[in-house]
Amino acid sequence: MQYLFLITGALVLLSFWADRDKTVKALKITFKKFKKILPAFLAMLALVSIILFAVPDQVISHYLGSSNKFSGIILATFFGSITMMPGFIAFPLSGILLQKGVPYMVISAFTTTLMMVGVLTYPIEKEYFGHKVTLIRNGISLLIALIVALVIGIFFGEVL
Amino acid sequence: MNKKNLKIIVFTAYFLFIIFSFILNFNPGKEIGNNFLDFLLDMLKILPCAFILIGLFEVWVKRETVEKHFGDESGIRGYLWGILLAGTSVGGLYVSFPVAYSLYNKGAKLSIIFTYISASGICRIPMTIFEASFIGIKFTIIRFLVSLPLVIISSILLGNYLTKRNYEIAEGK
Repeated sequence: MQYLFLITGALVLLSFWADRDKTVKALKITFKKFKKILPAFLAMLALVSIILFAVPDQVISHYLGSSNKFSGIILATFFGSITMMPGFIAFPLSGILLQKGVPYMVISAFTTTLMMVGVLTYPIEKEYFGHKVTLIRNGISLLIALIVALVIGIFFGEVL
Repeated sequence: MNKKNLKIIVFTAYFLFIIFSFILNFNPGKEIGNNFLDFLLDMLKILPCAFILIGLFEVWVKRETVEKHFGDESGIRGYLWGILLAGTSVGGLYVSFPVAYSLYNKGAKLSIIFTYISASGICRIPMTIFEASFIGIKFTIIRFLVSLPLVIISSILLGNYLTKRNYEIAEGK
């Protein structure tokens, strides 16, 4: 994360050195764009805060750990779609679930939907792309996640 | 009542609920408030930098450059660039949307934009390393080999479909 600050800082300085006016213009664009999308970000944060309260990690881990393969996949898809979790929490959690005997295909459905399907990011995506395209993109992502889960299941010998 | 007023009312209700939860020591409300703050702080580590980089991109990168590498003429290399760019991105989908929007406005084509967004979900490099170490490299490789082609194919289909219908991305729609 510090790299991001360093790179950004270095680029701003470089830009300032190269062309002062352009840099000021860039920062104005930054500010304008940020201000415009801020309400959508706050909406997302409010949704995230409620969902994380309603569906904490323990609940996810409990449900994924105590169901059969196929209901597991459906639950994993559901949880993966409605929650938001940074990788440094999601993958260790997946590791623990694997040790508990949760199939790879369930883990796959969970992590892939977590990464690609965003119910919580809907307010932001909608601002840029509109309702319809947001729904289509998330629908496609859901489908891809299920296909990936199936193939993972085949390769890890879990399907038959 | 219009939509904007409704939003303000919902937000106000939400924040009042949080504030009163802290005053009255109402635990669920306090927990929700803490979740909000945690995620806000996480995002503040990334978003300002992301938007500054977007601003610099807007003034420094020429339209022709984006058109050449991400536009109609870019061919298969455009998708590769999109995926590489996604691999180096940070945060989550919420950072990719504004980046994708800026790319689009500079002449990137829709199918590459959608590839970039989905790829930034599934193949950010630091995250992939994490995944491989906790779940296993075999898992990661299969996931990549299956999901990336599907992402590209579905993005092309979606891009073509929308282009035919003269869809345009409009900020704040």
